Amino acid sequence: MGKPNIIKLVQGEKGNTIKITSLNLEGVMRRRLLDLGFVVGAHVEVIRKSPLGDPIAYRVSQTTIALRKEESSRIEGELLPNGE
Amino acid sequence: MVNEYRIALAGNPNTGKSTLFNALTGLRQHTGNWAGKTVSLAQGNVEYKHKTFHLIDLPGTYSLFSNSTDEEVARNYIVFEKPDVTLVVLDATSLERNFNLALQVLEMTKNVVICINLIDVAEQQGIQINERLLTNRLGVPVIKISARNKKGFPLLLDTIDRIVTGAIECNPAPMTYPPMIEDKIKLIEPKVRELVGNEISSRWVSLRLLDGDETLLNEISKRLVPEEG
Ligand SMILES: Nc1nc2c(ncn2[C@@H]2O[C@H](COP(=O)(O)OP(=O)(O)OP(=O)(O)O)[C@@H](O)[C@H]2O)c(=O)[nH]1
Ligand SMILES: [Mg+2]
Repeated sequence: MGKPNIIKLVQGEKGNTIKITSLNLEGVMRRRLLDLGFVVGAHVEVIRKSPLGDPIAYRVSQTTIALRKEESSRIEGELLPNGE
Repeated sequence: MVNEYRIALAGNPNTGKSTLFNALTGLRQHTGNWAGKTVSLAQGNVEYKHKTFHLIDLPGTYSLFSNSTDEEVARNYIVFEKPDVTLVVLDATSLERNFNLALQVLEMTKNVVICINLIDVAEQQGIQINERLLTNRLGVPVIKISARNKKGFPLLLDTIDRIVTGAIECNPAPMTYPPMIEDKIKLIEPKVRELVGNEISSRWVSLRLLDGDETLLNEISKRLVPEEG
């Protein structure tokens, strides 16, 4: 049990699973992400990056959702070891 | 209009609302415009036990709070047009996600039926759903259906019928928030009630105002506050 590895969602590599620890946004943008399932504690899998790296597709609560960098750079989470 | 009732269909995108709508109405749908918006909602009728149910197919959304036009249309219909019953159509294979919207609707209005659709797919995947437990926890009827296979329709129609005749009373389980929020609700709810009366849930409006929902505030001023002069 090492120190949890906290990264921003945007830094995740394809195949990574990240457990959300914080959302650093406010207002409508925050509300929208919560409604899409990006809540603290949720497990998010990085599905694929587009050629330009933006947007990135994530799998959260059984649905694939693409986020722009403005959004994915403001969500932080713990990088889980592979297979979790 | 004694024997006519309006039944709205709400739910996440792609949960089978239109399939249910078409199966129940036999595709006899026409479209209409609502409340000044140029978004058209499909409408169609179902005859049941000498009653006419007017079904209204609302746009599919993940939430009713995020300020897209679709969400506003669905929210405004449920809150201001006040259908007699709101059916929330959920995808049985993705309940965790789908319950976000279902719980929002339960805070907004009382007469709600939760339709857990795509039950055929869920069964294939080995997903088991205890609808009685859910009914008890939520305080409103929860019914498993398959819109595509027309499974569960008799119970669904009978439940709608019982709600509109008063044989079933819906009592959505209250959602409680941390004390900090509950205290603020207590503070503003009496004032909100003066404004909205019993037309709209003052608790729900208070929560939305605490969340800074300006589109709702505008809508209330437009619809409920009498014009000066
Ligand atoms: N297997 C199965 N498929 C279903 C069922 N109900 C709907 N579907 C399918 O699910 C897909 C989406 O159905 P729609 O009725 O268009 O969903 P909707 O909720 O109206 O979608 P939006 O209008 O985009 O929000 C279609 O391919 C339907 O055939 C069901 O009970 N079982
Ligand atoms: Mg539809």
